[in-house]
Amino acid sequence: MHELSIATNVVDIARHHARDAGAGRVAAVTLRIGRLSCVHEDALRFSFGLVSEGTPLAGAALRIVAVPVRIWCADCRAEFELPGIQRFACPACGRLSGDIRAGRELDIESIGCVSDEGEQSS
Amino acid sequence: MIEPRILEVRTRILKKNDELARAMRDRFAAAGVLVVNMVSSPGTGKTALLRETLARLKARGVPVAAVVGDLETDNDARRLAESGAPVRQIMTHGLCHLEADMVERHLEGWDVDALHFLFIENVGNLVCPTSWDLGESVRAALLSVTEGEDKPLKYPGLFNTSDVAVITKVDLAGPCDFDRAAAHANILAVRPGMRIIEASVRSGAGVEDWIDYLLDRRRALTAPA
Repeated sequence: MHELSIATNVVDIARHHARDAGAGRVAAVTLRIGRLSCVHEDALRFSFGLVSEGTPLAGAALRIVAVPVRIWCADCRAEFELPGIQRFACPACGRLSGDIRAGRELDIESIGCVSDEGEQSS
Repeated sequence: MIEPRILEVRTRILKKNDELARAMRDRFAAAGVLVVNMVSSPGTGKTALLRETLARLKARGVPVAAVVGDLETDNDARRLAESGAPVRQIMTHGLCHLEADMVERHLEGWDVDALHFLFIENVGNLVCPTSWDLGESVRAALLSVTEGEDKPLKYPGLFNTSDVAVITKVDLAGPCDFDRAAAHANILAVRPGMRIIEASVRSGAGVEDWIDYLLDRRRALTAPA
């Protein structure tokens, strides 16, 4: 359950950004999670619900954008999206490539802030 | 319905851990300390290989130390201490992986800069340790011949972030019908170009290859730019 540690970090970062922006509440959080990051979405949602309780993120919608793995093929001189993560081979020519261009993301993309009264803060 | 104001954050979720790990890695590298994070399933033989590694390096007069993570008990620290090297146990009390601040806290009071090698034996787990940088320069993924050749395909994330794969217990390869070629192919499929070392602590086979690899990596770390 390392998702609990990840959720705790998400809540910490989001509440600091919201506070700095003068927002009372965070209504939504968007994450970008690479397929190589070994994060289980259901476990992350469950953990997020737990650790956001009693914080300005309580009840916030969690949007998770899954990022596929992309590799660079030196032979084809092109970047390719991989259909899975069991074989890091170029889908066009079959050559193995360790040059990973995407798929390890574990990022907070954005948060949606509202003021305490539910009015739009500016 | 009020539309929330969207605030771009664009931050690594594990930024706090990553920043601490980077600072630790820079400090260790400047002091010539090669930090090795050893990761595998429970029962692969991390502790046995590490105990042997500590003993062999120590016998050559190389200053080494280790921290070892487990959910409970200090059994592994006691086993590793048989090597004569300084060892500390990190008890995570349920947490499935080590984080950089846990390692940092357990180094307090040690003259870490005087070491040549610091080993971190992670909690036995092939999933959760993947995303946590512990300030290591080398991440070693271990796989024993008793586990099945397809383990790298089942846990590609961990193998993909590792620098070297060590196949352990190779003295049991025969009785386990271990398909060596398949294991190598699977490791290379998820981490093309990865160095693979085969070793058995019981027979001693390959352990010197592993030691040589470590010494090479430290030479590269301390070589003048």
